[in-house]
Amino acid sequence: MITIPYLTALTTYFSYGLLFAYGKIRDFSRSIIDRLFPSSVKGSAPMSLVNDDFYIRRLYNRIQDCFGRPISSAPDAWFDVVVRYSNDNNKTLKRTDKVKRCLNLGSYNYLGFAAADEYCTPRAIESLQRFSASTCSPCVDGGTTTLHSELEECVAKFVGKPAALVTGMGYATNSAIIPVLIGKGGLIISDSLNHCSIINGARGSGATVCVFQHNTPSELEKVLREQIAGGQPRTHRPWKKIIVLVEGIYSMEGELCKLPEIVAICKKYKAYIYLDEAHSIGAVGKTGRGVCELLDVDTADVDVMMGTFTKSFGSCGGYIAGSKELIQYLKYACPAHLYGTSISPPAAQQIVCAIKVLLGEDGSNRGAQKLARIRENSNFFRSELQKMGFEVLGDNDSPVMPIMLYNPSKIPAFSRQCLKQNVAVVVVGFPATPLLLARARICISASHSREDLIRALKVISNVGDLVGIKYFPAEQKEHQEDGALEQD
Amino acid sequence: METAVTSMLRTSVDWVSSAFDAPFAGAVVFGVQIGGHLFVEGLLFVVILYLLTQKSYAPPKKPLTDNEIDEVCNDWTPEPLIPAITEEMQREPPKLENAAGSHTIINGKEVVNFASANYLGLIGHEKLLDSCTSALKKYGVGSCGPRGFYGTIDVHLDCESRIAKFLGTPDSILYSYGLSTMFSVIPAFCKKGDTIIVDEGVHWGIQNGLHLSKSNIEYFKHNDMNSLESILEKITSKKKRKKGGRYIVIEAVYQNSGQVAPLNEIIKLKEKYMCPLLMDESNSFGVLGEFGRGLTEHCGVPVEKIDIITGAMGHALAAEGGFCTGNLRDIEHQRLSSSGYVFSASLPPYLAAAAISAIDVLQENPELIKKLKENVAHLREGLSDLQEFEIVSHPDSPIVFLKLANSTGCSEKDMQLLGDIVDQLLEKHDVFVVSSKRSTVDKCPLPVGIRLFVSAGHSKSDLMKVCQAMKIVVPSVLENNC
Repeated sequence: MITIPYLTALTTYFSYGLLFAYGKIRDFSRSIIDRLFPSSVKGSAPMSLVNDDFYIRRLYNRIQDCFGRPISSAPDAWFDVVVRYSNDNNKTLKRTDKVKRCLNLGSYNYLGFAAADEYCTPRAIESLQRFSASTCSPCVDGGTTTLHSELEECVAKFVGKPAALVTGMGYATNSAIIPVLIGKGGLIISDSLNHCSIINGARGSGATVCVFQHNTPSELEKVLREQIAGGQPRTHRPWKKIIVLVEGIYSMEGELCKLPEIVAICKKYKAYIYLDEAHSIGAVGKTGRGVCELLDVDTADVDVMMGTFTKSFGSCGGYIAGSKELIQYLKYACPAHLYGTSISPPAAQQIVCAIKVLLGEDGSNRGAQKLARIRENSNFFRSELQKMGFEVLGDNDSPVMPIMLYNPSKIPAFSRQCLKQNVAVVVVGFPATPLLLARARICISASHSREDLIRALKVISNVGDLVGIKYFPAEQKEHQEDGALEQD
Repeated sequence: METAVTSMLRTSVDWVSSAFDAPFAGAVVFGVQIGGHLFVEGLLFVVILYLLTQKSYAPPKKPLTDNEIDEVCNDWTPEPLIPAITEEMQREPPKLENAAGSHTIINGKEVVNFASANYLGLIGHEKLLDSCTSALKKYGVGSCGPRGFYGTIDVHLDCESRIAKFLGTPDSILYSYGLSTMFSVIPAFCKKGDTIIVDEGVHWGIQNGLHLSKSNIEYFKHNDMNSLESILEKITSKKKRKKGGRYIVIEAVYQNSGQVAPLNEIIKLKEKYMCPLLMDESNSFGVLGEFGRGLTEHCGVPVEKIDIITGAMGHALAAEGGFCTGNLRDIEHQRLSSSGYVFSASLPPYLAAAAISAIDVLQENPELIKKLKENVAHLREGLSDLQEFEIVSHPDSPIVFLKLANSTGCSEKDMQLLGDIVDQLLEKHDVFVVSSKRSTVDKCPLPVGIRLFVSAGHSKSDLMKVCQAMKIVVPSVLENNC
């Protein structure tokens, strides 16, 4: 749990109050001006309600330039950020031809497969020539090529399950498969910080949804006991089935799932377990097989394993892996498989190649090197940040590390200052996080060199001093040693 | 007798009152003479107060003990995660050995492909391949991030403005998957308390969007304008008209039936009842209209009249992903409120590059659309004397939808029959067509059938081949089953 200092909480609330009041005053003066000079444009019923977007107009637009920054190169360790300017107080941003070469600490390029790769890219281009860019058809009709079935076998083997199914989009995998597995009369128990796609899938299923406190197995057990004893609401019939939905690495927290404990509880109470490995597959574990490998959980104990290829593999799409029967049924019933266009062949080839590199089947040890590097890089960066006195969330080995900012004014300040010094970071505020818990998020990649990381640490440390987000005292002695190291 | 009882009562009442009156007979409060009845009333008042302060009866609550909960948990047996596997679930789709163009290779044999929605025949087009190759070299395959967090690549912005420019709309927004476009766009605008009036034959992507929006859903009969009008009338004329917005959702060409929506009439109704209109152009973008701008161009309706247009790029454009186009404000709104846009990794840049060059190709070669139209007409003509099937799709639709003229009355049996026909066509005649499939979560009530996706890349002999093959296979399969 994040414990926010009392004073910080107070100033954060104060800042939001100020922003809110200021926004309301501007809205009020706007309405007076509108009344004095009414515009003649009148359309039919508007699509979205005016009051809905107070947050966007008065809060988000002011710091819009920190989000959605376009890039004009591959999202590798260094990339070109397109410079934008605004003539109307950040309301709209215009692109220029100028670019700024920045160190990339924002993309989910954990293994460094995002850029053109010596092994993957030529093969992806080859498959493009052979299979074209799209099949224009769902998997169940004319969308299954030999490449697609190779991909499914390859994925199943890699994650350690008998069979797998691949769809063209990670988000759609969750939101289309959960409704097939469970419906009315079923219970979904979901971690409180699960990703939006899981929440949408759970909502779309028609099953009852219960939430347990983030990553707390004891709470899960409590909820399970309560629900099994109580049965369905009103009728008190026993639940048809219970599915527990958890993620491998929580992308906004950088935390690893407490999988062994959760699996044991699910086993005890006969609940099915659905694990979303969007951020963990490929990124953690000795051979990149995700949290199951890292935390030593038998994959046979996880009923449904889901993941995406957009992160570590530098491609697109998502997968579901499970027993042969499960996949057979999903192929018959899952709308993403029946109606969605099958994954684009070059993207499929990229995944196959990336997995081969990881397993060393390409004839080199690049895969093992990448995996070792991401682990070293992450742990080095995390420990350095902690030594500097930042409040860093998450567990060791996780390549995602949020730095707490809290105050809304620190969100744009941190992002802009870092960009000024050629480091691109991601900042996140409300509504993606709770109001008080705004943060910056850093994603480490295997393609970062030690020099890159040291440079980034220097910049972040400077900006951290400037913005005032070092909430803990720095470890003085060790820091000096690093200083010596940096000068080397 | 009666008088005896009454007199007895009277004497007893008198006795009681005199007995109670006695102590207070002379009581005077503020100069008013009060009798004994005040004492009785006082007593009653006390009793009422006493009763009111008592708790009402409730059975004592005894929560289950831990042991009891353990027992319940032990006794509970969940249903299996999935139902038992039946034979029809084991059906495997054919595997293509090269690109899914108008001709492809299955099991080592070259077949004519009517299964891919490659309407303009752009699969394998030189220009698309070239732009994809250079994009792959420059950007790699994936974008490794959502649009908000460095997943916006300059080709995405170029593709958005290219689509907007092509359609003549102010702005557009890209989604990373065709199916997710509608199910993100609808919940971004329609909320709880709103009412959505929607065609009953819409595809699953829209159905899911409706469900996620939590709005009230009113279905009108498939492509039936009278039904739409009566529902609009019913909703707007209600005395207690519900608060909240009202939206109409339609598809331009229905994926589930191949019918084309009568846009002119819908526009009239939309304007009469003041409802914004959301239209999915997945199967009409690049197909209908003189220059492929979709149903609006086809019907001569200015594109501004439609509030939101969505489309998939995985059909005519032979790329992948989806787009949504409309006025500036509605597009900007989606950039923060549409879950499929905000929370999903962006479209791989090479696919955006492919979409841009596909639009270029389309604009340079409007004859592709003419060729497609001719092909559809040829195919419909060739299939018109097939007794066993009825062509239910619209003459302009690139999906030729064949419905069984005499349905068996059970959709599973129908699907089985259609599946057999499709298998035989592929095995014996090298013609690859598909029957419609229904997911268990799909609520579409329309009949199933065989779908032929016509392409501008098909030659006349391809069309002849499929017609002849159908005429041989269909009667034989149906006879065997009778």
